[in-house]
Amino acid sequence: MKIPFSYTLRNFKQRKLTTAITITGITLVVFVFIAVLMMAYGVQKTLQATGSADNVLVSRKAATGEISSIIDGETVDVIKSLPYIAKNAEGKQLISPEPVVIINLNTISGGLSNISVRGVSDKAFELRPRLKIIEGRQINFGTRELIVGESIPKKFKDAALGKKLKIAGDFWTVVGIFSAGGSGFDSEVWGDALQLLNAFNRSTSVSTLTFKMTTGEDFPKIKAEFEKDRRLLQFVPKIEQKYFEEQSEMMATFIRVLGTAVTVIFSLGAVIGAMITMYASVANRTVEIGTLRALGFRRRSILAAFLTESLAIAIIGWAIGMLLSLLLVSYKISTLNFGSFAELEFSFSLSGSIVISSLIFAVIMGFVGGFLPSVRAARLNIVTALRAV
Amino acid sequence: MKILKLIIRNSARHKLRSLLTVVGIAIAVLAFCILRTVVTAWYAGVDASAPDRLVTRHAVSFIFPLPYSYKEKIASIDGVETVSFANWFQGVYKDKNNFFARLAIDEETLFTVYPEYLISKEEKEAFLADRRGCIIGSGIAKEYNIKIGDKMPIEGDIYPGNWDFTVRGIYRPRDKTTDATQMFFQWTYLNETMEKNSPLRANSVGWYLVKIKDPARSAEISNKIDNLFANSKAETKSETEGAFQQGFISASGAIITAMNYLSFIIIGIIMLVLGNTMIMTARERTREYAVFRTLGFSAFHVAGLIFGESMIISGFGGALGLLLSFPIIKGIEEGMPKGFFPTFNLEPVTVILAISAALLIGVLASIFPTQRAVKTKIVDGFRFVG
Repeated sequence: MKIPFSYTLRNFKQRKLTTAITITGITLVVFVFIAVLMMAYGVQKTLQATGSADNVLVSRKAATGEISSIIDGETVDVIKSLPYIAKNAEGKQLISPEPVVIINLNTISGGLSNISVRGVSDKAFELRPRLKIIEGRQINFGTRELIVGESIPKKFKDAALGKKLKIAGDFWTVVGIFSAGGSGFDSEVWGDALQLLNAFNRSTSVSTLTFKMTTGEDFPKIKAEFEKDRRLLQFVPKIEQKYFEEQSEMMATFIRVLGTAVTVIFSLGAVIGAMITMYASVANRTVEIGTLRALGFRRRSILAAFLTESLAIAIIGWAIGMLLSLLLVSYKISTLNFGSFAELEFSFSLSGSIVISSLIFAVIMGFVGGFLPSVRAARLNIVTALRAV
Repeated sequence: MKILKLIIRNSARHKLRSLLTVVGIAIAVLAFCILRTVVTAWYAGVDASAPDRLVTRHAVSFIFPLPYSYKEKIASIDGVETVSFANWFQGVYKDKNNFFARLAIDEETLFTVYPEYLISKEEKEAFLADRRGCIIGSGIAKEYNIKIGDKMPIEGDIYPGNWDFTVRGIYRPRDKTTDATQMFFQWTYLNETMEKNSPLRANSVGWYLVKIKDPARSAEISNKIDNLFANSKAETKSETEGAFQQGFISASGAIITAMNYLSFIIIGIIMLVLGNTMIMTARERTREYAVFRTLGFSAFHVAGLIFGESMIISGFGGALGLLLSFPIIKGIEEGMPKGFFPTFNLEPVTVILAISAALLIGVLASIFPTQRAVKTKIVDGFRFVG
């Protein structure tokens, strides 16, 4: 026969403070665990959203990021002659050779920070249809004008609409603010590729090149072309989405590894806390346990009742931790992305797998913390238990 | 004296509970030390920078090169002792995950500007004699098992092509904060190759390192350098090496802040654990305390009993955690890929912080139970059923 669940609940009431403290401990651990996973997932999601599955991004083979990649003008022409590039209604190729550089700007909070400046062709907006001008207007190609991603003006005071930025001796006017739907482009500044190449004395050498494929099935052929053509051997094509996802890898892994290591250590603390509580709970109720056994409850019922108690503590702690972490959702933070060396704004993002893994984590904490004390409770001898003071 | 004996006896009464609490505190102190060490490792670059070194880089950002011709102009400024320079070469050594700094440096001045890189005279001469020679830090030599005379092939990205270097020397760090995870080779070699392959990019320098005679004049000399190149195509920004490093750190501020928070959350969690233990202990002994009070002990004595027990447990836990953190941090340093953090040491400040944290936990955890014990009337204490 099972011991009713209400027995467990009544016990919580009996020892309010101790139970509350144990729950708080588990709540904190769960909260940290979820926050870390949400951060890593946020970085990943932001960069994943940056690319599109229909676009191909070409970079230099050994380059670890866009700024360290170089594609010279001749190679750009070779790539332009490939037959796999999609055309728009006017018959123009959807291709954008892009120089990507980093500039320093003064932040609102004082100090300097890095931001990515991307030079684009007039086709860049057809390549990335999610991008929308939300304030001001599009740049006029052929002039020294810039548009900035929506997270830039929040952090950098000189990058607001209508302001002039001094880059490489010239003044560039910010004429518009664009939104790229929470992707990495939101943390970038865009200008005319040719103007930027000219300003930075880079002749025709761009960093990367992005084009839209006529059809996604062409990708293996494109890859084969790059491996075959001697002029393209030094370069590698990648699906744009995949490229940016890889850019997030180092950052996301760093957060995840460090965060998991920290939470595992934290959880040891919480498990010990639960264990102490449960041992005390068993010790205080020795007579009670003896009585229950005398009434005919089996050892395994006692074990189950105490395990339930500890699991209930863990699950309540998890639920509160989960609710707390919901407050973080869509809270945006900005940090240096190791992949690009520039500021990247991202938000804490929750996924189903984070919810489930944190629940499993909490249940494990409850189980580990409650198991040994429950075993002790179940193994008590009826006679000695009844005699205990 | 009797009280002390009582406290010790009391601590040993619930052996398992006390042991678990001590282990919990030890783990927390250990976690605290590790987290703080990660944070201090982040700042190691700032600590390692000398006040008499300025960094002059392109005003737009560090990825734009400066003309080589600036060298003489900077050197002519009053108060400047030596002008050295370097280019960030990057490239890939065997695998993209092998991350450490690879720099083309001015072979003539490197060791003058950086006295903290220790190298023998013979190795230095061998390095200067070989255009394609390189010098690596002892950290890298150990990590990748490279010896003097070995070949080091690097696949270039910023500077495309396959570059083959021969290791001519291994430098040792002078201080604990010195970065021993860098690779240097002759800037002249890089420049000659660029002149051949892409003349537009030749004769350019990533940044200048300016050694000045008097650290007090760093602001003045920085301004002088920047004014010299104002309104040119390549304006400069000069600052002390420390400020330059600080710039990189503040950019990743969010992560540092998160770790700072975490290191204090762990203290919070463990305070709950010890607090819980103390509350339970005091609760179980409510009647005992009533007995003490009837025998004539004051409420103050009873509070002392609880406080003392709390301090003994937290003291043991703190000491155990601190003892463990030395070998464990050493182990992490060995296990971590070199170059991720140039240095990874348990700083004295961390040790002091950890000890004070353990003591603080002990004090705070006893506040609630002592209050309860002091307030409980003797009669109520006798009536209490736990």
